[in-house]
Parts: sequence; structure tokens; C-alpha cells
Amino acid sequence: MHEVSRALALALGLIGRGDQEFLSIVRLSLGVSLTATLAALVIGAPLGVALAISRFRGRAGLILTSNALLGLPPVVVGLCVYLALSRSGPLGKFGLLFTPAAMVVAQLILLTPIVIALTHRMAAGLWGEYGGALMVDGASGPRSIAIILAIGRATMLTVFLAAFGRAISEVGAIIVVGGNIRGYTRTMTTAIALETSKGELALALALGMVLIALSFAVNAVAFLLARAWRK
Amino acid sequence: MHVVAVGTGQALAIGARGDADALLVHDRKGEDKFIADRNGIDRRDVMYNDFVLVGPKSDPAGVKGLRDVQEAFARIAHASASFASRGDDSGTNRMELRIWSLLDLEPRGASWYRELGSGMGATLNTAVEMNAYVLTDRASWAHFQNRGDLAILVEGDKRLLNPYGSILVNPAKWPNVKAEPARIWHEWLTSADGQAAITSYRVNGEQLFFVGKPGDSAPSQ
Repeated sequence: MHEVSRALALALGLIGRGDQEFLSIVRLSLGVSLTATLAALVIGAPLGVALAISRFRGRAGLILTSNALLGLPPVVVGLCVYLALSRSGPLGKFGLLFTPAAMVVAQLILLTPIVIALTHRMAAGLWGEYGGALMVDGASGPRSIAIILAIGRATMLTVFLAAFGRAISEVGAIIVVGGNIRGYTRTMTTAIALETSKGELALALALGMVLIALSFAVNAVAFLLARAWRK
Repeated sequence: MHVVAVGTGQALAIGARGDADALLVHDRKGEDKFIADRNGIDRRDVMYNDFVLVGPKSDPAGVKGLRDVQEAFARIAHASASFASRGDDSGTNRMELRIWSLLDLEPRGASWYRELGSGMGATLNTAVEMNAYVLTDRASWAHFQNRGDLAILVEGDKRLLNPYGSILVNPAKWPNVKAEPARIWHEWLTSADGQAAITSYRVNGEQLFFVGKPGDSAPSQ
């Protein structure tokens, strides 16, 4: 139990003196997770609404693939991305392996199915309520999608939080494709994995505390935003 | 310079796929095969340290103070004492398996032999919890904070010497390799400056890596 008090002291110390290495891993965690989450929203949200409001070619295939990817173990996704981005793989010429970009790619694959599934659920409900009116108005497909997303924006905030929470806690896939390189692809979660394996349990716990606090802060901001929007 | 820290087996595999520019590894047989397969060029001796056999202070197999690691392994097997293995095809794992095979013993499958598939730190953590014997390099042990009831029991056997080699990934096979920066690093390692940097590295005042021929400066005190 004395590890907990040591960890708290370590965490406050790292924050207090603005330790450079510590700040860089916090920055990278936030950067990679936010980028992947926003990209997943941009790709997945319109797709999710489209699934609810229209029948298009490939719709069944999209639902099937998206749901299947929901259940895929993250470390397997990491391995597949690794093989694809490796120099001897199909996308090797981009040289993306062991870079933050590779981590964003892996997270994007993990997050987009979540965004699609949750948005689909929300849109199906909203379409039931507003679909009739929108079709009478003659709204086009893309316009309807935008309107549904605007109406459901408070729920979309929850979708953002679900995806971001998933992203910030990812460790298996990003360690495989990122290589946990000090000062370059080391995030909070991969640093925790490393410090734990070195037996530096208090430091690992300290990083964990900061990670939880960060997650809490993001959730708090979203909560306040949602409340403001509901007014 | 970007350092991806993995075991020797994985490092050689990464190099064989062209995903690295230079390797620093410790398994001579694996390194020689890497060169023979045209995956790398210009293998150089860089430094060495040694492995130590760490185990519970209570020493159920009675190996403390032995200078012969083969004898120590034989006693551990005979006593069916808990042994934690990295089981991850790292240089350390390859060294450990070589000792078992010299004894004509196959420990995998035995209930006292725990194959963990983990890096050195994680393996040490688990060994502490299991109160098991474990083969580790001296540098990892020096860094390790969570020692529990374990201590170094066997050291100094010449067979436990652990030489590291630097290899350049073959630019003829992988044109994308950053050959010039890799060569600068590779040559620095064996230059006077590089060798001085290696020998001046200390943890808790202890020198962990040695250069030159083993025997010039013995790694164990």
C-alpha cells in the first residue's frame, strides 16, 4: 500500500516540475488518441447515419464488417497493421512502421466500428421521429445525415467519449506498430507497460493516476458541454 | 535515432523484414545466420557482459556459490525447483536453452519450468512472485527494483559470458535503409569514443558492460 502514496508523490512531482519526458508522453497520448477519435468520427458518424436512413449497395456488407471488427482483439489488429506497414509488406514504401502515424492507423481501425455502431443506433431512433418530416421536406441524403447528426449532437458527444476512452486506453496494438520508442512513440499506456515490466511499480502507478485524471477531465468537459447544449 | 527495444530473436526478424537500419543483439549463432542469409553486413563485436543465475535466498536446489552453471541447472532440474524462463526467443532465452541442451535435458513441459514469453523485466517480476530461479543478464538485474527474496546465486562461469554484436541491415537487399546514419552509429560503437561511453556506464557505481577480450577485465567482482 505504501506504493500508492509513493505513486501519488511521484505523480505530483512529475506534474509540478514539468518533467520533459513525462510531458512528451502525455502530449503523444492525447495527440494520437484525439487524432484517431476525430478521424473515426468523421468517417464513422456519416456512415452510421447512412446505415439507418437508406438502403444502399454494400449496406449489409458494411454492417457485417463493422460488427465483426468490434469483436476483434486489438493486438490482432496491431499485428495486421504491422504486417501491412512493414517494409516487406504491401504499404511498406510509406515507411510508416514504428511512427505515431502507424499508431493512429491502428487506433482508427479499432475506433471506427464503435462510432458506426453507436451512431447507427442513435440515428435509427431519431429517423423514426424526424425521418418523415425530413423526407416531406425533400432533404437529400447528405443533408439528412447532417441534420440527424446536428439533432443528436448531445448523443454524439457520448459517442466521442466512448471512442476517446477506447483510444486513450489502448496498449496492445500501439506497442506492436509503434515500437514504444522513447521520445517518439511512447504513450502513457505503453510507458506504464514498460515501467511495470522493469519493476518500477510506483512510477507505473503514478502514470496510471495521471492517465485516469486526464480521462476524467475530458469527460468532465464533455459533460458540461452536453448540459449547455441541452438548454 | 529511434530505438526499438526487443529481444534478439525479434530484432533479427525485424531486420530481416527491412524495418530497421542497424541491430545491436546478443546471440552469435543467430547473428551469423543473419549474415549468411544476406540480411546483414559487417558484424562487429561491441561489448560483453555476463549472465547470472538469480534465485531464492533459501536456495532449495543448493546451487549457491557454484562456478559451473551447467551443474547448477542440473541441480535445479533434479530438485524440481521453480525456474522462470523468458521463453521469447531472446538472446537470454537462447543462452538458457543452450545450457539445458548441453545437459541433454528438455525442461519444457515440466511442472517446475515456467515458460513466460516475456521480456527480462516482466520475467524477473514473475520470478520474484514465484520465488523461482531465473537466468538474467547482470545489467537487467542491476536496474531491477523489485527483487523480493531473490539474489545472485551463481556467477563467473565462462559459459555465461554474453557478447553483443552490431550488424548493419543489408542496404543491397533493402534500398530504403538509412545506410549512412546507420554506418556512423555502427562505427561509433567500436570507436574509442563509443567504447569509452560503454565502459563508463554505471548503475549504482557498478560497471555493467565491458570491451575487449573477456579476461582483460573480469565482469564479476
